[in-house]
Order: sequence, then C-alpha cells, then structure tokens
Amino acid sequence: MRIPILKLGNYLLISIQVELDDQTALLFQEDLLNKIHQEGSQGIVIDLTSVDMIDSYIAKVIGDVVEMSNLMGAKVVLTGIQPAVAITLVEMGVSLNGVQTALDLEQGLEKLQQELEG
Amino acid sequence: MTTQSSVEIGTEWGIVSARQAGRELSKGLGFSSVDQARITTAISELARNIYLYTKNGVIGLEVVNDGHRQGIIITARDQGPGIENLRDVMVDGYSTSGGLGAGLPGVKRLMDEFDIQSNPGEGTLITTTKWLR
Ligand SMILES: Nc1ncnc2c1ncn2[C@@H]1O[C@H](COP(=O)(O)OP(=O)(O)O)[C@@H](O)[C@H]1O
Ligand SMILES: [Mg+2]
Repeated sequence: MRIPILKLGNYLLISIQVELDDQTALLFQEDLLNKIHQEGSQGIVIDLTSVDMIDSYIAKVIGDVVEMSNLMGAKVVLTGIQPAVAITLVEMGVSLNGVQTALDLEQGLEKLQQELEG
Repeated sequence: MTTQSSVEIGTEWGIVSARQAGRELSKGLGFSSVDQARITTAISELARNIYLYTKNGVIGLEVVNDGHRQGIIITARDQGPGIENLRDVMVDGYSTSGGLGAGLPGVKRLMDEFDIQSNPGEGTLITTTKWLR
C-alpha cells in the first residue's frame, strides 16, 4: 500500500488514510524523501486526522521522517492528531520533540506559509 | 473467563490483525475512544515485541468480569529467548534494537494491571488488564 503524496506549489500534502503497518510506513518515508528531492519542496503537511493509533514504532518512523526532511531543507507540520492519540503518545512517554503541529490541514498550511514566507 | 480471540504473531501482518481485534473488542464492550486507543496501542507494542524479538508468539484477548466490572485481559506469550533482567526492560528508553524503548514501560502506564514473567531460554508471558470505567 502506498500513501499518495500531493503537490501544491512548493508544498507537499499527505493525508494518511490507511492503517499504518510497518511496510507502508517505511515505504512512505522513502517516497516522501524522494518527492522532496524531485520537487524541491520546502514545506510538507502530514495530516493524521484518520489515524486512530500511533505506537512507539510508528512514532519513531514519523519522528525520523520529520528529521530527515529537515536535513533536506524542508519544514514539516503534522496536523489533525486525534485527542486519544495525543493522550496515548504522552502516556507512553513518546514526545515527538521538536515536531511542529497544527490543528488541521488549513492551519498547517498557514503555519508553513508564515515560516517560509515571513 | 472466555477466550475471545487469539492472534498468531509470525509476520508483521499479525501485529495489524491483533490490534484490529483489540479495537473491535474494546469498542464492543463500550470502552471510551481514549481507552480503545490505549488498548490497541498496548496490543501493538506487545505484538511488535513478539515480532521483533522472537520467532513467533500469540496475543490473546479475553473479556473478564470480576463481579463489579468488565475488563479486557491481553496476554502476550512467546517461546523466544526470554528476558534476562526484567528491571532493565521496564526502564524508559531501554532498547536492544535501537527502538524508542517506550514499549513495555508505556504499556504498563496505559493499562490498569501489568505482569511480566520471563525465563531466559524459555520465553515470556505478559498479562495486562484494562477495566471498563
Ligand atoms: N517478548 C520479548 N522477548 C524477548 N525480549 C523482549 C521481549 N519484549 C521486549 N524485549 C526486550 O525488552 C526491550 C525493551 O522493549 P520495549 O520497551 O518494547 O522497547 P523497544 O521495543 O523499543 O526496544 C527490547 O529492546 C528487548 O530487548
Ligand atoms: Mg517494543
């Protein structure tokens, strides 16, 4: 299963709508980095509205992909993290440190625009 | 006590099936969405540990009633290498695989009761319960 990556100007938009198994998560990591490279994207929004569970493995994959994207010069904002997911992540002690978040896609895009365009 | 289901964890697909089974069961029993997430996350962590550290094992899900309330017992049983030092693996950040080391201590915090038994060379049995509030 491949997660679709949409291009919007300088940005990439990803809405995760599938059950995140390990293969899908790793494939997504690779696909996203390749796409950033190909398109020269500066900002990325990853929308997690439909994701109802994030365990420590998936959290690590997400944290890593944010760090890797930053290394390539792209900013990432995670959006739409469900209340139950936020609660379990904090209880697990998985704090996704230094990862930018916003309530929804729209606010995520605004955040990128503010940061990248001043 | 009736066994509701057991899922073999031999491949990573087992991880997905086990947490889907946990999601359905906890939803059906009327657990809140936050507790459903706690239960599915706990199952995912335990199933992933079986997948990562042993050849295979089983996640069992049972509904219990202690006379006052209902709950879900998750068991994770494997005949893998076992764990030498139980105290180490319950420390946040301890991992032998480059993971976050948040799995076992995290499961203990997400659930209401947590028990781990392990014999090196024989395997590991983890039993953890969440009660319906
Ligand atoms: N079923 C198991 N059999 C053998 N060792 C295990 C098992 N589960 C966990 N462990 C050990 O406990 C450590 C901590 O596990 P955990 O808290 O889930 O963190 P992580 O999986 O990120 O390393 C693992 O790195 C591994 O060494
Ligand atoms: Mg683990």
